[in-house]
Amino acid sequence: MTFSPELEAQFEKFLAKYPADKKRSAVIPMLVYAQDETHAITQEVIEEVAKRCGVTPLQVDEVVGFYSMLHKKPQGTYHVQVCTNISCLIVGGEEIWNQACHKLGIGHKQTTADGRISLEEVECMGACSWAPAVQVNYDFYHFVTPSQLDKLLDGLSAGKKPDEIAGVKRASC
Amino acid sequence: MRYNDPSPLETPVLTRRFRLPNSQSIDTYLASDGYKGFERAIGMTQDEIIGEVKTSILRGRGGAGFPTGMKWGFVPRTSPKPKYIVVNADESEPGTCKDRLLMEFDPHQLIEGVLIAGLAVGAQQGYIYIRGEFRYLIGVMDKAIDEAYAKGYLGDNILGRGVKFNLATHSGAGAYECGEESALLESLEGKRGNPRIRPPFPAVAGAYQCPTILNNVETFCAVPSIILNGGKWFADLGSPKNGGTRLFCLSGHVNKPGVYELPMGFNLMRMINEVGGGIRGGKKLKAVVPGGSSCPILKADECDLAMDYDTVAAAKSMLGSGGVVVLDEDTCMVKFALRIMRFYAHESCGWCIPCREGTTWLKKLLTRFHEGQGQRSDIVMIGDLSKNMLGRTFCPLGDAAAMPTIAIVEKFRDEFEAHLDGKPCPYEHINAFSKSGLAA
Amino acid sequence: MADLVKFTINGREIEAPAGMLAIEAAKQNGIEIPSFCYYEGYSLQAACRMCLVEVEKMPKMQVACTLPVAAGMVIRTETDQVKLARKSTLEFLLTNHPLDCPVCDKGGECELQDMVFKYGAGESRYVEAKIHVDEQQWSPVVFYDGPRCILCFRCVRACDEGMGVGALGVVNRGAMSLIAPNKGDHLECDECGQCIDICPVGALTSGPYRYLTRPWEMDHIGTICTHCSDGCKTTLGVRNDEIVRGNNRDRSGVNGEFLCVKGRYAFDFNKHAERLQSPMMRVNGKLEEVSWSKALETIANKFGEIRSRGGKFGVIGSNHTTNEENYYLQKFARQGLGTNSIDHHRTGDVVTLVDALSGTTGRLANSADFYERKAVLVIGSDFSVEHPFLAFQARANFRHHEAHIYTVTAEPVREDNYAARSVRVAKGEELGALEGLREALAAEPDLVIVFDDSIKGDKVRSVVEFGQSLGIPVSYCALVDYSNSRGAIDMGLAPEIGPGYHATGQPGMSMNDMLAAADLAALWVVGANPLENAKLAASKAFVVVQDLFLTETAQRADVVLPAASAYEKNGTVTNGRGEVQRLKRASATMGAKTDLEIIGLIAKEMGLAPMMGPWLPETVYAEIRKTVKGYDIPLPLVTIGAQQSTPVNGRVGVESRPDLVRSEHNNLFESGTLGRYSQVLNTVIEGRQSR
Ligand SMILES: Cc1cc2nc3c(=O)[nH]c(=O)nc-3n(C[C@H](O)[C@H](O)[C@H](O)COP(=O)(O)O)c2cc1C
Ligand code: SF4
Ligand code: FES
Repeated sequence: MTFSPELEAQFEKFLAKYPADKKRSAVIPMLVYAQDETHAITQEVIEEVAKRCGVTPLQVDEVVGFYSMLHKKPQGTYHVQVCTNISCLIVGGEEIWNQACHKLGIGHKQTTADGRISLEEVECMGACSWAPAVQVNYDFYHFVTPSQLDKLLDGLSAGKKPDEIAGVKRASC
Repeated sequence: MRYNDPSPLETPVLTRRFRLPNSQSIDTYLASDGYKGFERAIGMTQDEIIGEVKTSILRGRGGAGFPTGMKWGFVPRTSPKPKYIVVNADESEPGTCKDRLLMEFDPHQLIEGVLIAGLAVGAQQGYIYIRGEFRYLIGVMDKAIDEAYAKGYLGDNILGRGVKFNLATHSGAGAYECGEESALLESLEGKRGNPRIRPPFPAVAGAYQCPTILNNVETFCAVPSIILNGGKWFADLGSPKNGGTRLFCLSGHVNKPGVYELPMGFNLMRMINEVGGGIRGGKKLKAVVPGGSSCPILKADECDLAMDYDTVAAAKSMLGSGGVVVLDEDTCMVKFALRIMRFYAHESCGWCIPCREGTTWLKKLLTRFHEGQGQRSDIVMIGDLSKNMLGRTFCPLGDAAAMPTIAIVEKFRDEFEAHLDGKPCPYEHINAFSKSGLAA
Repeated sequence: MADLVKFTINGREIEAPAGMLAIEAAKQNGIEIPSFCYYEGYSLQAACRMCLVEVEKMPKMQVACTLPVAAGMVIRTETDQVKLARKSTLEFLLTNHPLDCPVCDKGGECELQDMVFKYGAGESRYVEAKIHVDEQQWSPVVFYDGPRCILCFRCVRACDEGMGVGALGVVNRGAMSLIAPNKGDHLECDECGQCIDICPVGALTSGPYRYLTRPWEMDHIGTICTHCSDGCKTTLGVRNDEIVRGNNRDRSGVNGEFLCVKGRYAFDFNKHAERLQSPMMRVNGKLEEVSWSKALETIANKFGEIRSRGGKFGVIGSNHTTNEENYYLQKFARQGLGTNSIDHHRTGDVVTLVDALSGTTGRLANSADFYERKAVLVIGSDFSVEHPFLAFQARANFRHHEAHIYTVTAEPVREDNYAARSVRVAKGEELGALEGLREALAAEPDLVIVFDDSIKGDKVRSVVEFGQSLGIPVSYCALVDYSNSRGAIDMGLAPEIGPGYHATGQPGMSMNDMLAAADLAALWVVGANPLENAKLAASKAFVVVQDLFLTETAQRADVVLPAASAYEKNGTVTNGRGEVQRLKRASATMGAKTDLEIIGLIAKEMGLAPMMGPWLPETVYAEIRKTVKGYDIPLPLVTIGAQQSTPVNGRVGVESRPDLVRSEHNNLFESGTLGRYSQVLNTVIEGRQSR
């Protein structure tokens, strides 16, 4: 299986991080970064990672099912994650979640027909003091209001990139 | 504003560089005492470093509050095996969002803390285990690590002083359980995040079964200042037996939620009212989660207390991870308990029976209960099942699910009763946005 | 051994080595601490939390399965708190466990059922929906029912640690966790079925056994597997005279609970539709069924006639028949027919090994040595595939005692995964590799050297010389193929050697010679298939075959006699290490007789009964004890699998015949001719080929 040169370079870096006989350590980072490129952890990805890390495909599969960020089903180009855990819940996280489902007509771990947006109700994402929080792929959105969510989803549905959407700003970093 | 306005009541030690321009860069860091603690530590013996940390009464900021110096002292320094330093940057305890800032705004402080820990026990390799969702922080840390290598603060012969230390980030992939130290190590080794049987503890058999120091981000971040200014100085910042400051993550129904660095022992009511600007919308305080979702909840009338490990423990809760979640009078406690249990059921690794089955059962029960399908006997059963997990699970995740639940049922039994007989949730009609005015 | 410490359990003072796990210490003193995930010999899990106990001065209850005992410890295993914890754990377990005990194969021998019966959780408070997933078939022999699984991870460990296969894993998280096979929806493994037997509940069930019977409707008969020479005890579950199950959960015999696919499932040849049930005779060129009396009369007449005219006899015995049968057969041949032309298919050079070790004692390795010696050197054999039990022992030795395993083979083998050294050599060059290992081996406290047919004749002597020159205690094992190969040579099924390795004086024809002798007058084959790949030169020879099936050899016969299988016999067999064990009759096939009885009946028909003595296994065994060196072992000892009491330690006194030694190198799913009649083995092989 071939990956992009960037990803290959990443993989090489990962493998170099751990003691020579502990290649298995690279399994999880490899899976996460591979998924960014392939949008899903396919059997092919599993076997490739297994080969590179010197473990069996089953040992990789065991890992895939354990970690909630790893998906066997393809996600949308934009994976919209809404936190409804306690700090978000009590300041509107659940309303944000319901609104997102309603607006897109899809539910938890589902993807829009055009493959652009997938939704996931997630656990605490470490943005409690800036709740309610949403993550689109790896970008955080803090203090999300219903109207901002509308704009965000409208923009993404219309084919815009998150940064091109007016009135919605990624959290700074 | 980069994350929230500071409060004049803060004691910025770990956060003191946060508002400097370009605070992430090594130049900024070096211009403000950066790596001075490390340079100083190079000249100290291992016992002196550990002694200083012991004197500081620094207690682990990950949740359990174990004295850090003592933990470092457990590492068998004469062991022929390689030793490792592992940073727990898995930050996933609901209500907690401080390690993120420490890495985002002052990554070198963390690197320096790790370097000093390496000196203290003779480790030459470190890993920063960062939860996968914090992808941007992996970028921030990688960049800082590169800078540190470039300036000779990492590598095989650091500063030409014959010190060797290599450091790398490691991405998680979404699992709260991987914040638990032994599960984290399994995950670091490329496995499912199941916890390990302890003893042996990581200090003796950690990463790759070698002696390992594993601490929370904030814990490591406190170390450079301790070495630079002395353990006693740090200890004096806090309250007795609780050295230093800590980052409190104020969230929920306060006017000014945010992460604030306050001295250990800071009064909780003052934190809510003076630091956090009081309850929003003029509402009344109902309860506070003092240290992340695992901690038993405090009712409003229990909140006039000093936020240090011992005082909060005396109030039958825990200081935990610093996640202070403030709930106003309109919060449904049944729903709150349900959401907590949903979290733990989702995050239970599945290894042990009581946790795996107990959290799942309670999640289903509380869902049904909140929907108005509860029976009076269920109220007793919620507490009962929680107690059947408490103290019997493989790792503390089961306790973390049980403790808040037991406290909520005990302290808010009336709210459970209000949901009986098919009655709709009394709070369901209250929209969080309209009541806060945030929707605007 | 660790120091003994004193501590108390439930008020009783107990002594045990410091550091022993409390659950074990309790068990040894008759105190049961319940557990699901704890399993002796496998890694600790502490996952089920059934074994919680109270320990004085400890704030929380402790899990006894990981609690090392220490001096002065005060443990309580039956307090109210403990009982409540057990009960609630069971209650938790039952939330998602289907209560389909009435139709579950495990019903009646289910650990969860027993536990609930004993510790409570009689009524459930659980009213929520259960999680459902469909049952899956993973292989011809393994089925998995997810909801019944209690996630004790025994199966995963048995496969990974025990078998060294690692075909089972855990997928998903939390309550959704499931056991999964290594190839997505199916297993690629040894199909040993250990996972099924070790499963405390009915989550893993056995294809061949599914829904056949209830455990209490079976008789359970402990006998010896009739396939390879490892000699595993297998407990056959028999209902209505039919074998429906094999396992060894009572851990009897040399193998504990180990069994491979053959021992556990390949009993099914026994009821194969082509089993012979009537004697047959060639009439007008075709085999036709005849009565026993007609067949016996014909044989006796023909044998008598040939003997009286001095015609040449050839007698070929079996690697599967009992010691009694082998002994009786050679006695008949030598004393009744007056010929030393008796042989069997030799699969390992035991003769040279015995000769090379003459004058020494205790040098023949036994089963325990593979688990207890500090080092094991495997030469030639693909150990896990050809000798699964011995490989299992060595693997356990590595796991439990950090034993060093050395391999010298032409191809990669499973042992490489954990071997201290693996040496790859060209086939035939095995011996040459030993010097390179000398230094490492000489540093071992002791050693077992085990070799296959790549080492025969003088090479055996060289190996022994090498071993003896290491200056450490070494024991040896010459690997052989089938369940009683060792017994065949011990009992003297050889032209040059009589029972107990006595020279016969005038050697007769070897098997090859018999087949090649154009003037052979009669060939008598008992339970062997020499014509599978060979031709009989003497076209006019009168051929008598005793077998279960109409094999290639039987098809050439003039008279075919239906024989009973090993599972239909009493008697003894000797495994590859010389451990004598007892066969017990589990079932019967209508029309077939044991080979012992058939031989006896022929003798009787020929008027030789007084010379031969009764054909009762016990009587023949008594004679073996008296006459065969090394076999003076009382039957009760044989029942538990006894090492030959006195080793054969005199010079064999004849030239051995390495030219006749040839192993079939049967793998896990083959078992000579017999294997062809096992449907289970065939489906497994087909399953693998079709992937
Ligand atoms: C279920 C569970 C989750 C945990 N999650 C975290 C976490 O996200 N971050 C953290 O630093 N510690 C976490 N801990 C605590 C760690 O196990 C460990 O005690 C801590 O990292 C040690 O560092 P410290 O002494 O500096 O606090 C968790 C513990 C448990 C039982
Ligand atoms: S299948 Fe059986 S042995 Fe395996 S984990 Fe489940 S209950 Fe345990
Ligand atoms: S997940 Fe840790 S005890 Fe169950």
